[in-house]
Amino acid sequence: MSTSEEPQGAPAADQGDEGGSFLRDLTGVGANWRSAILVPALALLSAMVVGAVIIAVTDIDALRLLGSEPGTAFSQMGDSIWGAYKSLFVGSVGSLRALSETLVQATPLILAGLSVAIGFRAGLFNIGAQGQLLVGGMFALWVGFTLHLPVYLHLPLALLAGALGGAIYGAIPGLLRARTGAHEVITTIMMNFIALRLVDYYLKSSWFQAEGRDDPVSKAIDTSAQMPRLLGFLDRTDVRVHLGIVVALLAAYGVYWLLFKTTLGYEFRAVGYNPRGAKYAGMSVTWLIVGVMAVAGALAGLAGTDRILGVLHRGTPGFAGTLGFDAITLALLGRSHPWGVVASGLLFGALVAGGQEMQVQTDISLDLILVIQALVVVFIAAPALIRAIYRVKAAREAERLTTGWST
Amino acid sequence: MELQLRGITKRFPGVLANDRIDLTVRSSEILGLLGENGAGKTTLMNILYGLYTADEGEVLIDGAPRTFAGPGDAIAAGIGMVHQHFMLVPVFTVTENVVLGVEPTRGPGILNMREARQHVTEISAKYHLAVDPDALIETIPVGVQQRVEIIKVLFRDAQVLVFDEPTAVLTPQEVDEFFGILRGLRDAGKAIIFITHKLKEVLEISDRIAVLRRGRVVGERTPKEADEATLAEMMVGRPVELVVQKEPAKPGDLVLEVDDLVVFDDRDHAQVNGVTMTARAGEIVGIAGVQGNGQTELVEALTGMRHPVSGTIRVLGEEVTKQGPRGIHQRGVAHVPEDRQQAGLVLGFTVAENLILDSYYAEPFSHGMLMDWKATAAAATGLVGEYDIRTPSIDLPVSHLSGGNQQKVIVAREFSRDVRLIVASQPTRGLDVGSIEYIHERIILQRDAGAAVVIVSTELDEVMALADRLLVMFAGRVVADLDPTKVTPADVGLYMAGATP
Repeated sequence: MSTSEEPQGAPAADQGDEGGSFLRDLTGVGANWRSAILVPALALLSAMVVGAVIIAVTDIDALRLLGSEPGTAFSQMGDSIWGAYKSLFVGSVGSLRALSETLVQATPLILAGLSVAIGFRAGLFNIGAQGQLLVGGMFALWVGFTLHLPVYLHLPLALLAGALGGAIYGAIPGLLRARTGAHEVITTIMMNFIALRLVDYYLKSSWFQAEGRDDPVSKAIDTSAQMPRLLGFLDRTDVRVHLGIVVALLAAYGVYWLLFKTTLGYEFRAVGYNPRGAKYAGMSVTWLIVGVMAVAGALAGLAGTDRILGVLHRGTPGFAGTLGFDAITLALLGRSHPWGVVASGLLFGALVAGGQEMQVQTDISLDLILVIQALVVVFIAAPALIRAIYRVKAAREAERLTTGWST
Repeated sequence: MELQLRGITKRFPGVLANDRIDLTVRSSEILGLLGENGAGKTTLMNILYGLYTADEGEVLIDGAPRTFAGPGDAIAAGIGMVHQHFMLVPVFTVTENVVLGVEPTRGPGILNMREARQHVTEISAKYHLAVDPDALIETIPVGVQQRVEIIKVLFRDAQVLVFDEPTAVLTPQEVDEFFGILRGLRDAGKAIIFITHKLKEVLEISDRIAVLRRGRVVGERTPKEADEATLAEMMVGRPVELVVQKEPAKPGDLVLEVDDLVVFDDRDHAQVNGVTMTARAGEIVGIAGVQGNGQTELVEALTGMRHPVSGTIRVLGEEVTKQGPRGIHQRGVAHVPEDRQQAGLVLGFTVAENLILDSYYAEPFSHGMLMDWKATAAAATGLVGEYDIRTPSIDLPVSHLSGGNQQKVIVAREFSRDVRLIVASQPTRGLDVGSIEYIHERIILQRDAGAAVVIVSTELDEVMALADRLLVMFAGRVVADLDPTKVTPADVGLYMAGATP
């Protein structure tokens, strides 16, 4: 083995796929595990630090004192930061109720995050999780109040319907991409709007709308279609954690298994890295793209289903919140790996659950959580920034190899 | 002007890229810097250009030590670099690209494009660099784009011009023109450093040749004192077989029959226009031709990557015209694609994953829909040993391997089956002499084992040396069927240009 290697010669990967490498850096596909853990962790830390600064500079009372009594002002700011992060912590993991809330919030996030992540793995940017969530949720909702079955049939059927709805809605942009080349970013964004309006329309139609209501609220689903509470035996109404989290974890394992243990997953990943190489290998790139989008849609559909069957038990216009977009953040933070998505889903769930507590306890708006989430993405999208701040050696340089030829 | 590098040493984690390198280049001189991929040539030039800082050693210009904090300093000191991959804005004109970053202005913020254009025209005329200053970069050929890069460097008053593998992207004709330009620059008093791993070229153009191996200068020669064999040995560190050694072919049964094939490109232009050809077991059929005369589309059709518009392709008597890549692969056809990084490999995949790229769906690498990573690893470990793929692990992304080793991954995968027909396109492009020697040996081994081989190459020397029968393609047709031992390169060149000797 030769001892010399030109840095310019080593990353041959950079030749010829300039377009793909940015997306790959961003989504973490192909990153080694060290940087896959380090970058998100440091990004989160940085976001929390900036968040602290934001808490300090939005503390109006403390700012007023800055001129006259700077000492008091700073200690007040310190108190605000401490108070905010403490209630964030207590509200997310400080009690059984808090833990339960964290899991409830995390469940749809994980499912939707998996949807986006599997798209990333296959080189597709699925912005349409939101639409797929809405459509999936509506399918499950319809099954939930229309059919009247025992729970062991009704619940699985409702879940299946939710996944199917999302899969159909996801497969459409996949088909458009595969057949006509229409870029999935554009089509999925547009299909989000269509889904949003369809939900509004159907919730006010006689088909869905609850009797005697004028506002767009659907009939309630049968108890047999509701996700059973996991800790129901405690008889505490505030411990809402339900079967959904189990579904989400099973889905994460399923995605892991699919991606890394099956031939289909091998094909998905091959298409993601290099569609031309996949074609050379005899794969049907067209149908793989449709397949990936259908699977991604099914996962997003399950996320919407979880909101309906697990939490709301009926349909409202905002039942999906901004889950489909948070999912993009989540997939990025989780480096597009199923376990990473689970970890970041739990984290984001904790942030939301804790954020609600923080809002109650400290007058600091829940918006701070959104700011922290947004900052996480900024830091992940700019790994050079992270490297510069923490003086982490660029992964490429550390991985450089000695692969000379002749001796 | 004299540029001197003295004792340059550069370390990367675990790697000594440059080891006490001494080099000198003067005005009116072309210094050839020869070395294999990974020998440290590019690192050295990046130090000279201010992109890296040397750990030890110094750069002297006319005897005075200089330090460059970045390319800006190097440019100011009169050093210009023409990179292997051009740094041009495709939608800008030639003039706009040349002045980019040093735009002449009249008054603050107001471009003086007329002056810029005139300056470009002057340089172009002075050094015989024919370009249209108003042409958009994306509309001009690669060879002309390279001239734009040279004008860019001259526009910034460079006295030392560094060319990093400049001929890699050029056709043979463009190489000749390029050498004319280099000589012109030298005669105009410029100092030139010409980085390459091509022996023939360095002998043809250099006044002096420095050979780099494993980060060190292992010797300096003038072209008069050296020949290809000695240079290759200096570069590789052992004697290298530059001439292809093979027994006369013993052609057997017909393996490939192509009849009146017509293939369109993506823009529906007929690139292959009625090709009829055959290849027999145990013979190598070389296809020569200037790039863009239909070879790419022919290979794509033969391997199922592109469907022909009309005509038929038969492999072992069975029609495969409508088959896709997998169907053709399953009939014992191996494909070494022209563009190994874009088609032949999935760069993000590991070495092991790439070694099963076209057989992952079958036993023993998968059972039903389940991948068998154990069987894959076992097969991969075997192939890495058998084909001498230099990689620390089969679980390393193939993108981390050198070009030669990447090509070995493809060759190992494609040749390690019961192969009846090999279709190899530019199988040694961009590889160093050691790798070329190896790939050639493997191809001849397959021929002697009874495979039919079709080799497409724009390197006439290579295809003439390897082929038992030589076809020449011009404008989408086979215009000549020759015996390579009985024809001169000059005559083949005429066929390639569409003429008849």
